Amino acid sequence: MKKLLKRYMIAIIITAAFFAFAFLFPAYREKSFSSIVYQLKTMLLVMPPIFILLGLIDVWVPREKMIKYMGQGSGLKGWILSFLLGSFAAGPLYAAFPLAAVLMKKGASFLNILILIGAWSTTKIPMLIFEATSLGARFAMSRFAIDIVGIILIAGVIQATLTKNELVYI
Amino acid sequence: MDTIILYIIAGAALFISLIRDRGKTKKALLKALKTFEGILPQFLVVLLIVAATLAVLDTATISKFLGQNSGILGIIGASLVGAITLIPGFVAFPAAAALLSAGAGASQIAAFISSLMMVGVVTLPVEMKYFGKKTAILRNSIAFGFSFLVAAFVGWVVQL
Repeated sequence: MKKLLKRYMIAIIITAAFFAFAFLFPAYREKSFSSIVYQLKTMLLVMPPIFILLGLIDVWVPREKMIKYMGQGSGLKGWILSFLLGSFAAGPLYAAFPLAAVLMKKGASFLNILILIGAWSTTKIPMLIFEATSLGARFAMSRFAIDIVGIILIAGVIQATLTKNELVYI
Repeated sequence: MDTIILYIIAGAALFISLIRDRGKTKKALLKALKTFEGILPQFLVVLLIVAATLAVLDTATISKFLGQNSGILGIIGASLVGAITLIPGFVAFPAAAALLSAGAGASQIAAFISSLMMVGVVTLPVEMKYFGKKTAILRNSIAFGFSFLVAAFVGWVVQL
């Protein structure tokens, strides 16, 4: 019980601060509440399937398979798989982190995980279609093109910066 | 729409798993629950901060940062606003479209969208928990810098 309370301490403090904010600034009250309801709804809607998949992957996918497809030396195949996995995923970026952790535990290479995170954050296909209809195909396609470069660039730079020890630790 | 697909995939996978091995499925679900509860405190903090930020930073306020002819300062402002906010795409795109037709530059909008999606200051604690401090900070910093490149490139292409 004490341990539980300790883990949730920051969340409790922030919740209190949130209510204090809402009552001190009546102008933002209604918006804050409708916003938190919306955020909670998104989380409760998107999280269950992601965490169920994450649990199933953890239990069913053998480590050797994961290493073969997304591990060290999976090469271009691994890159493409990671990119597609991220691009066709649903949910906010923070939902990607636990999934990435499970894939890493199963032997996916760090570079591939970074590509997955990059794709998840910015090249989601359903979003891209929506972006094209609201901001124009030229805008959406040019952003998509430069983002592919960016995803590889960011993944490569981070991979190169971390030392071997740090990679083992992660 | 993509959430429905996600449910179908998760549902089908769960169904197959259940047929194949009940014990393993139970283990998977317990694992899912445990992982979720493990990260729940951090998630709650993120949601609360995002909700408060969104209440203050509405479309009208954001448009002040991305106004027409705001130039390089507008791009920097756009990237900063994008980095600290966490707005879902289907809210951000129509808002961005409205700003664009109101005269905001394509570069500013591109910088905003790019850093909005790739940089997450509020989610940084969650990211650090999984990837370590160094990787999380490095990823977000590079992504922030990258949003300027996106601004330049998209601005150039749209103008062609």
